[in-house]
Amino acid sequence: MKLTVNGKTRTVTAHPMKRLLDVLREDCGLTGTKEGCGEGECGACTVLIDGVAVDSCIVPLAHAEGRKVITIEGATATRTGKALQDAFVVHGGAQCGICTPGMILAAARLKPGASEHDIKVALAGNLCRCTGYPAIFRSVKSALKRGRAR
Amino acid sequence: MPANPTSLSLERPASLKAALSMLAADPALTPIAGCTDVYVGLQFGTLTERRFIDLWDLKELRGISVDRDVLRIGALTTYTAIIQSTIVQKRLPMLVAASREVGGAQIQNRGTLGGNVANASPAGDTLPVLAAANARIVLRNHKGTRTVAFDSFYTGYRKSVRQPDELIVAIEMPRIDGQQWWRKVGTRRAQAISKIMMAAVRGRDLRIAFGSVAPTVVLAAKAAAVLRGGGSIADAQAALETEIAPIDDVRSTGEYRMKVAANLLAQFWNETR
Repeated sequence: MKLTVNGKTRTVTAHPMKRLLDVLREDCGLTGTKEGCGEGECGACTVLIDGVAVDSCIVPLAHAEGRKVITIEGATATRTGKALQDAFVVHGGAQCGICTPGMILAAARLKPGASEHDIKVALAGNLCRCTGYPAIFRSVKSALKRGRAR
Repeated sequence: MPANPTSLSLERPASLKAALSMLAADPALTPIAGCTDVYVGLQFGTLTERRFIDLWDLKELRGISVDRDVLRIGALTTYTAIIQSTIVQKRLPMLVAASREVGGAQIQNRGTLGGNVANASPAGDTLPVLAAANARIVLRNHKGTRTVAFDSFYTGYRKSVRQPDELIVAIEMPRIDGQQWWRKVGTRRAQAISKIMMAAVRGRDLRIAFGSVAPTVVLAAKAAAVLRGGGSIADAQAALETEIAPIDDVRSTGEYRMKVAANLLAQFWNETR
């Protein structure tokens, strides 16, 4: 089965019902995508398929066939992703780090200058058990300041 | 114990016609689309089905349109598509409100209206909206199409009149004459499964529906009749208590749900006119 992961075409030999999360981690060796709850509740495994944020623990490989998948490894290679990554470091947006890749990918679709409300809506499907969220919101807000992100 | 994918099978029809033929030949296949419930069941061993038919790429089942004043939403329309639709925002704002409270963005991007109906959970967030909106479910098999009033679609806990060879192809809603109202009560605004939810229409129509208070969604016809007849809120609440049967479960208690249902009814009546 063919899919594009972070701009690179990959041919994967795996069952079409295999979780995209497991395909990325096991077949592609991209372990930046984390498994949290395994039931689409926590958002730790968020990736983008054709630019749309999904929980990769509840997506079959079949639904990524022929599509463009972006994981945290690819996201931080973009200007917005890099700005988010840097801001999470500066503002203490990451503690244990398990939720961070998902937070960054869920935030990556926000437009520069997004309001606090927009940020909260975009991150509503991402749980963090360390920071209590304000540090994450500050990080995202800072990264999305006009001029920094694209 | 998560299901090993090699124990699963997946048919991938290229068209609706092909999907209906596959189901006619093998009605034991379980249709899947956004998979937001399916993978939870597979992961935690609560889903016994092993053979699936994938509808996700069937474009014929997507889309939102209005024809002869009837709003038609394709079964595979995602919550995100509903939230972004100016047609739905205008005609059925309570469905937009309900869709915004289903999970977070990742779930709204994958979960579908048809899936919420087919999954038949008593806690399905859009189901009270469809009941209050007097919706109809459009079912199709390889031989033809039939339309079922949403009121008579469910026959019991997680049971419906949908036959194994049929697919839900669309949900249709007539124009609503009246003010729409929606409220979900859960542990948290995002992600949490509902403790209770209520959707209602007040105008020429008065339709009041509750979710998570019985094995299926409940249209509170008695409570509505009291209010329509000019009765008091207290009398309507008393009538409501006779037509819902909330239970204790992991998310809440029957007593809490009964009290909150009565409170929601009063809140709706006070906030609308």
